[in-house]
Amino acid sequence: MSETKVKKMLFILSKATLENVYAAFIMANGARMEGIEAEIFFTFFGLEAIQKKKLEHLHVATVGNPAMHMPTMLGAIPGMEAFATGMMKKEMEKLNMPPVGEFLEILKDSGVSLWACKLAVDMFHLKETDLIDDLDGILTIGDFYGRANEDGCQLLYI
Amino acid sequence: MKKMLAEKPVDVNEEGYLLEFAQWDKEIADAIAVEEKIDLKDGHWKAIEWIQNEFKKDSPLSIRGIKNSGTLNIKEFYELFPGGPLKKASKIAGIPKPKSCI
Repeated sequence: MSETKVKKMLFILSKATLENVYAAFIMANGARMEGIEAEIFFTFFGLEAIQKKKLEHLHVATVGNPAMHMPTMLGAIPGMEAFATGMMKKEMEKLNMPPVGEFLEILKDSGVSLWACKLAVDMFHLKETDLIDDLDGILTIGDFYGRANEDGCQLLYI
Repeated sequence: MKKMLAEKPVDVNEEGYLLEFAQWDKEIADAIAVEEKIDLKDGHWKAIEWIQNEFKKDSPLSIRGIKNSGTLNIKEFYELFPGGPLKKASKIAGIPKPKSCI
């Protein structure tokens, strides 16, 4: 790709399942690798990905996820999510995909801005100290839209 | 296709990446860097050397690899080659465009 009209990618991450978190991270990092600006707004369950105590314990969804090709009852058995998550993490490591904490560091070093959603932070009674130190700040959705106010900017909800 | 770089004919693909690493030399690197609007300094050469060594070892390039390189950090790398560092650095280093998504 030589010249792209896409200048900035803004991601809204609303889920904490591993596959969604990685989708946002890989696309944000991929944008930077192409010289495109990138920012991530973590809202609702997406906030788990930037909570110090939770970010290394995210899971893949085994229930309500048809792509797992697993009967719902089976997916609900205790330990099944942990097992599926372990399998997926092993496959990701093979592809040299970093764990969540290291990925956040890479994103930060690559110049990706990381924002937490104010409403969701209030709703989950989170303190700033619960969130990663690399966070750029806590914003309202209005503030975040303000960051989209330029040519060649795309918003993506995950 | 053939292209003249530093007054030498070299084989490049349609995006300007060298097809034969053996044709690469520092003058060619300088010529590609000028096209990419980069003025090569010590830091750039250090990065280029590291990338070429990885290429010779056949290990795929990634941003994570840069982080773990021990020679460079990601921030510096983005500052040295603004706007797509892995690709620009590979092009100047005379190696193929990296296929990595991470």
